[in-house]
Amino acid sequence: MYDVIIIGVGVSGAASARELSRYKASVCVLEKEEDVCCGTSKANSAIVHAGYDAVPGSLMAKLNVKGNEMMEQLAKDLDFPFKRIGSLVICLNEEDMPALEELYERGVKNGVRGLQIVSGEEVRAMEPNITDQVYAALYAPTAGIVCPFNLNIALAENACENGVEFKFDTEVQSIVKIDGGYELETSRGKFQAKYVVNAAGVYADKFHNMVSEKKIHITPRRGDYCLLDKTAGDHVSRTIFSLPTKYGKGVLVTPTVHGNLLVGPTAIDIENKEGTNTTREGLDEVITKAGQNVKDLPMRQVITSFAGLRAHEDGSEFIIGEVEDAEGFIDCAGIESPGLTSCPAIGEMVAGILKEKMNLEEKENFIATRKGILDPDTLTKEERAELIKKEPAYGNIICRCESITEGEIIDAIRRPLGAKSLDGVKRRTRAGMGRCQSGFCSPRTMEILARELGVSMSDITKSGGKSRLVVGTNKDRI
Amino acid sequence: MKIRVTERQASDMKNYDIVIIGGGPAGLAAAVSAKKSGIDSILILERDKELGGILNQCIHNGFGLHTFKEELTGPEYAQRFIDQAKELDIEYRLNTMVMDISHEKVVTAMNREEGLFEIQAKAVILAMGCRERSRGALNIPGYRPAGIYSAGTAQRLVNMEGLMPGREVVILGSGDIGLIMARRMTFEGAKVKVVAELMPYSGGLKRNIVQCLDDYGIPLKLSHTVVDIKGKERLEGVTLAEVDQNGKPIPGTEEEYSCDTLLLSVGLIPENELSRGMGVEMSRVTSGPVVNESLETNIEGVFACGNVLHVHDLVDFVSEEAAAAGKNAAAYVRGERSAEGGREIRLSPVDGVRYTVPVSINTARMDEELTVRFRVGAVFKNCYVSAYFDDERVIHRKRQIVAPGEMEEIRLTKDQLLKYPDLKTITVKIEEA
Amino acid sequence: MEIRNLTCISCPMGCQITVEMDGNEVVSVTGNTCKRGDVYARKEVTNPTRIVTSTVRVIGGKADMVSVKTKEDIPKGKIFDCVKSLKGVEVEAPVHIGDVIVPDAAGTGVDIVATKNVERA
Repeated sequence: MYDVIIIGVGVSGAASARELSRYKASVCVLEKEEDVCCGTSKANSAIVHAGYDAVPGSLMAKLNVKGNEMMEQLAKDLDFPFKRIGSLVICLNEEDMPALEELYERGVKNGVRGLQIVSGEEVRAMEPNITDQVYAALYAPTAGIVCPFNLNIALAENACENGVEFKFDTEVQSIVKIDGGYELETSRGKFQAKYVVNAAGVYADKFHNMVSEKKIHITPRRGDYCLLDKTAGDHVSRTIFSLPTKYGKGVLVTPTVHGNLLVGPTAIDIENKEGTNTTREGLDEVITKAGQNVKDLPMRQVITSFAGLRAHEDGSEFIIGEVEDAEGFIDCAGIESPGLTSCPAIGEMVAGILKEKMNLEEKENFIATRKGILDPDTLTKEERAELIKKEPAYGNIICRCESITEGEIIDAIRRPLGAKSLDGVKRRTRAGMGRCQSGFCSPRTMEILARELGVSMSDITKSGGKSRLVVGTNKDRI
Repeated sequence: MKIRVTERQASDMKNYDIVIIGGGPAGLAAAVSAKKSGIDSILILERDKELGGILNQCIHNGFGLHTFKEELTGPEYAQRFIDQAKELDIEYRLNTMVMDISHEKVVTAMNREEGLFEIQAKAVILAMGCRERSRGALNIPGYRPAGIYSAGTAQRLVNMEGLMPGREVVILGSGDIGLIMARRMTFEGAKVKVVAELMPYSGGLKRNIVQCLDDYGIPLKLSHTVVDIKGKERLEGVTLAEVDQNGKPIPGTEEEYSCDTLLLSVGLIPENELSRGMGVEMSRVTSGPVVNESLETNIEGVFACGNVLHVHDLVDFVSEEAAAAGKNAAAYVRGERSAEGGREIRLSPVDGVRYTVPVSINTARMDEELTVRFRVGAVFKNCYVSAYFDDERVIHRKRQIVAPGEMEEIRLTKDQLLKYPDLKTITVKIEEA
Repeated sequence: MEIRNLTCISCPMGCQITVEMDGNEVVSVTGNTCKRGDVYARKEVTNPTRIVTSTVRVIGGKADMVSVKTKEDIPKGKIFDCVKSLKGVEVEAPVHIGDVIVPDAAGTGVDIVATKNVERA
C-alpha cells in the first residue's frame, strides 16, 4: 500500500507529486495517458496570470497571486522557460471603464503588484499593433508566459528523481474505501493507498463522486486556439486580453516563450471529456475576436490550431482539500484558469494538507533542482563546437524548422520519464512544432525513437494508445 | 537559429568561390554549370544523407523529357547530375545543415564530423528547395490524430523506408504529389477512396489525373474540402463538403468518408528562412527571393534557383534555371559581370499574370537570350500571352489554355531589347481573344 | 459500336475525347482540339501501356529500399500483375541503376530494373 496515490499528471498532479517528494512518503502517480502533460495542461494559453481576475478572497485569487510569485524561482530551479512580459487588458470605449476599474480594484485587493490603468495613447506607444480604438488598458507587469509542457514535465521529472513512482497508460476505473485507505481499480490492476489526491482534470468530478455523496460537476469548456509562425511572434510583446466576460478572459493574443504568436481561446461548454476537436465556428471566432484588439494580425501565418478543455466546476472555484465525507481523499478539482499559474501553489497546498494529516517528515536528500534538455542555441559557438566534438549527435539537425538536433531528441528519450512517442519528443524538444509541423522530421524522429526504445518503426505512436504512425510494410496486403 | 557569435577568427575559416546551399536538382545543376564555366572552388552543402534532394523519393517516371529527351524516374534523373558533379570533382558535404548565412556571405554550417564551422564564400547560390504546406496552414478543424501526413512525408515513408502510413486513404489537394501518391498507395495495397480539391480545377498535370486517378477509378472531387477530422488517436474518418466560389463550405453538402489516412497535397512553400536571415528581399507572391536577370538577389553575389526561388512543376526547368544561376555566379566570381553601359528594365506582371522571374533586366548583364518564367492566377482558354515593351505590344502568342498549375515562359533576346533604347517596363499579361 | 470516353493528357486542356469503336477498329475520334489528341486517343483505346514504378527491399545497403521500374511500357492490364511480381522480392546491395530485379515481369517480356544506386552499407 502506497502512502499516497495521485490520479493524473497534469500540472496539478505533477506539482503535488513534486512537493510531496520533499517528504518521507511513498507516492505513486497514476496516469491514463502514455505521458506527462496530455490533458488540460498541454493545450491552454500558457499564461502566468497576474491575478486580478479572480474574486477577492477566493482560493483562485490566493493561489494565482502566490503561484505567480513562485513561478520565477521554480523556473530557475527546474530549468523551464518563463518570461515575465506583462499583460494588458484592453478597454475599447469609455462606457467599459467601470469594468476595467473594477478589475484594477480586484487586483489590488488580491495583492497584485504594479497594476496600472494606462491611457489609450500609452497603450499604443507600448504596443504599436493594438487597435486604434483602444481607450485605455489595465497594465499588469507581473503577468508572464511559460512553456506549459516543460513546466509540467520538469515538475514530474523532479518528482521522479526524488522517488515518486509513475504508472502511465493506467486508467483508474473505480475507487473504493478500504480499511486505512482506498483501493483503486485500474486498467493495469489494483493499487492501494492510504491517501488519494484527485488531480484528474476534467475527470475529477467522476472520481470525487465515486467516494462522496456531496457531488461536484465539471464541464469540459473547450478553447480553440491558433498558433502563428515565429515571423509573427513579435506582433505584440505582451499578452493582450479583452475585458473578461462570465465565460472567461476572452480571446487573447500573446507571444509564446518560444517566439510564436498564440491567439485564442474560445469558451464552449461541451459534454465530451475527450472533445479536443477544433471546429470551424470555433476557429472563425478566434480569428474574428483576436482582431478586435490587435490590428493586422497575420492570420496567413497560422501553423497549427488546437483545442484544449478547461475543467470548469459549477462553483467556478478551485476545490482543493480533503473531501468532507471521504477521509483521506484529497480533491484537486475544478482547476481551470488560472490553474497553470497557480500550480506551484496548488502543489504546495496539497502537500501541506497531507503533511499535516500524515505528520510527514522532510527528506534530508531532497533534490530541489532539475536540469532541462540542453538547448544548444544557448551556447556560444565555441561551446557548441566542443559539445559536438564530445557528442556528435548534437551536430545532426533533425527538425529543421526549430533547429533541433539528434542529441536533444536522444536526451528527451533517455531522461527519467522520457519521451516514448512523437508528441512526447515534440513537447520536450519542440521537434516537429515548427512551421512545417513535422512534415520533414517525423520519419527521422520515428527512427530515433525506434532505435532508442529498441522497437520497430511500426510500434512508434504519435501519442501512445492506438495512435500508431505506420500500419505495415509495402505490399504486405497484396 | 541564433548563435551567439564571439570573436570571429578569420584564420579558422575555409574559403570557397561558390558555396551552394542544397544538393538537390537545383544545387547540382548550378554546381555543374559553375564548374563548366571555369570555377574550381565550389562546395555543395546538403542536409540529407545523399545528393539528389526530393528526387530520391520521386520514384515515378516522367522526368527529363526536356533535358535528356527521355523519360526517367526521379532517382535516375538525379543520378545523371550526381554523376556529372562527381566527374567534375565538385566538392560536397552530406548530412550538413546550414544554420546561418551572413550578409557578408559567411556560411555557418554544422555536421556530426566537423561540428560547427564557417565558410567564407565569394558567391552563394541558394538552392534549398521548398517544403509542403501543412494542415495547420489550412486551419482544417477536427481532432489531431495520427494518420494525417503531407503527401511528401508519406512518399518518403513508402518509397524510402518501405512503410505503409495507412490502409484507407483520402487525399486533400490534387497537386502532382497528391496524385502520384494516390497511385503509389494503390500499388502498395492501400485503398484510395477519393481525392478532394478545393479549387474548381486541379493543379496537377492532366497526365497524372488520368494515369494516377482515372486508371484506378479514384474519384476526383473538385470544389471540395475537408471540413472535419475524426478520431482521437488514429484517424477514423473525414468529412468532405463542397465549397462555394469563395472556398467556403456549403452546408448540407457534407459527406463522410471512413479512412485511417489523410494525405495533404495542398501547396509548396519555398524554404527561405536562410535567405530572410541574410537580408534577401522576398517576393510576397512567390515567397521566394526577388531576382534580376542573372537570378541574383538584392545582395550582390547571392543567387537563387529552383524551388527556393519559385515553385516549379518540372524538374527540367529547375535544372535549366539552376544552370543559368551557376553560370552567372561563375561570371560574378571572375568579375566579368558588369552592369556598365546597361539599362535597367522592369518586368511588370498584370492581368492574370501573378509574377515574373526575374523582375528586372540589366541589358549589359543579360545573355543573348533570357527566359522569363511566370504563372497565371486562373485558367484562361483561347487567350494570348502578351508582352508590351512600354506601350508597344511586342509578343502576342496564342494559347489554347494557360492554367495556374503550369509554369509559363516567354523568351526575350538581347537584340530585341536593344532595339528599344528608351525601354523602361516590359508588361506581361494575358489577353482574351 | 462501342463508345469510349477519354481525357487527353497531351496538354492542360484535357480535351474530353470520344472514340467510336467497332471491335478493335477505331471508327472515329471526336472532341480533340489538335492532332496530338487524335494520336493519343487511338493508342489509348487500342493498346494502352504504362511504365510501372515501385520499390523493393534491399539487404545490407545504405538505404532500405531501392526504386524500380518496368524497363519499357507494359500493357495497362498487366499493371497489378507486375506490382504483385515484386511482393516479397529482396535484393542484396550493391544495386545499380539498370540492374534487372525481376526478369520478364508477369509474362510481359519486360524486365523490372533498378532506378537507383544503393551501395553496400
